Amino acid sequence: MNARARTLLFLASGALAAALLLWGTAGLPGFGRYPGPYGDIINAVALSERHVTNLPTAVIFDYRGFDTLGEEYILFTSVTILSVILRKREGPPEPSGAWGGFSEPIAWAGWLLSGVTGVFGLYTILHGQLTPGGGFHGGVILASLFLLIFLAYEARVFLRIFPKTALEALEALGAGGYVLVGLAPLLSGRGFLTNVLPLGQLGDIRAGGTIALINAFVGVEVAAAFALLVTEFIAEIEQKEARP
Amino acid sequence: MTVTGYLPYAAAVWVFMIGLFGIVTSRNLIHLITCLSVVQSATYILILAVGYRTGAAAPVFADQPVNTPAVDPVVHALALTDIVVAATVTALLVALTMQVYAERGTLDPNELRPMRD
Amino acid sequence: MIVLQSLLLAFIAAGAAAVVLTRDPARQAVAMGFYGLLLTLWFLAVNAPDVAYSQLVVGSAIVPFVLLVAVSRTRKQPK
Repeated sequence: MNARARTLLFLASGALAAALLLWGTAGLPGFGRYPGPYGDIINAVALSERHVTNLPTAVIFDYRGFDTLGEEYILFTSVTILSVILRKREGPPEPSGAWGGFSEPIAWAGWLLSGVTGVFGLYTILHGQLTPGGGFHGGVILASLFLLIFLAYEARVFLRIFPKTALEALEALGAGGYVLVGLAPLLSGRGFLTNVLPLGQLGDIRAGGTIALINAFVGVEVAAAFALLVTEFIAEIEQKEARP
Repeated sequence: MTVTGYLPYAAAVWVFMIGLFGIVTSRNLIHLITCLSVVQSATYILILAVGYRTGAAAPVFADQPVNTPAVDPVVHALALTDIVVAATVTALLVALTMQVYAERGTLDPNELRPMRD
Repeated sequence: MIVLQSLLLAFIAAGAAAVVLTRDPARQAVAMGFYGLLLTLWFLAVNAPDVAYSQLVVGSAIVPFVLLVAVSRTRKQPK
């Protein structure tokens, strides 16, 4: 089937699919008229049950903690497969001359911004249960710190500073730590991922029991996974072209 | 249902359909991956529109009293982890595309035939 | 607020069309970054600060970088 026939087929069936979707979403309650019970229930009880003020974090790491474990492992697996695919290289990476070279203003900007980015990333991870934030966002901010350092300096400097084995160890620590925190309640006869640590005081940074602990582990894992991703892609740039 | 009550759902369906159109008529694998990302964003729009309540505040109670009406935090949790994980899967697809280019020398989906032994 | 949300939705619809109809992948990476920013603004307008945070850091730092690396590695090298 050539491209033109495929386009015509898509326009015909796409119109049908769009009509079906529009008819289906017209059956929903209108935008702004949320009727459902679950949001209201969690808004009412989460504060007193878990002592955290950022409710999406409480939902991610406690009420639906098992789903987050699955999602974190999707991330872990994707980065692992990516490392395996991009590892077929011949020899150490050498500069291919694709970059314009070292630039002084970018180096200054990178040096000034990297401290702020690192501190802000750590703040976002640790305060995830109090204000909007959490392990996922803070981890990506810490990984963008790696990108900033790469942009400011040469790739060879970057690849020397961050050894890949340390990143892989941190990623494994984060992923394994989540499972261990979930397994610990089994020792006392309760279910997987039950919140067993003392809940602490509302507004305190250690509040929420296992939420704070899982948050920290997920932050470490996401930061290490994205840093590994960035490292693999940077090494791809600097790779001399193996085949024309 | 009023027009503004229906607009986010219509926008989500439009974004989904046009992303699919981009995937079907794509001539470059990287363009195809970006269109896949656009299709995923349509689901975020739909799911957040379902959980919204007019006049309600964000579900973060650090600086507001406990009983203020707030939007649904469950859909925020779903969308949030999905965005981060989808970026990783996009990176994986891009790595596969780079390998395809190294093996075959072309990125045009019309010219890539299935491998035969 | 409803005016702001509707306006942003119109921009999002136009932005999605712009991203799809840009055929060159290098330009599409920039368009994708801008589309991510529009999504972030809409997420803020519907009171979802966590989701907006997530989309902002991912859509500005990771996605354009990954797409541009792919473009640079799949170009015919000018010899």
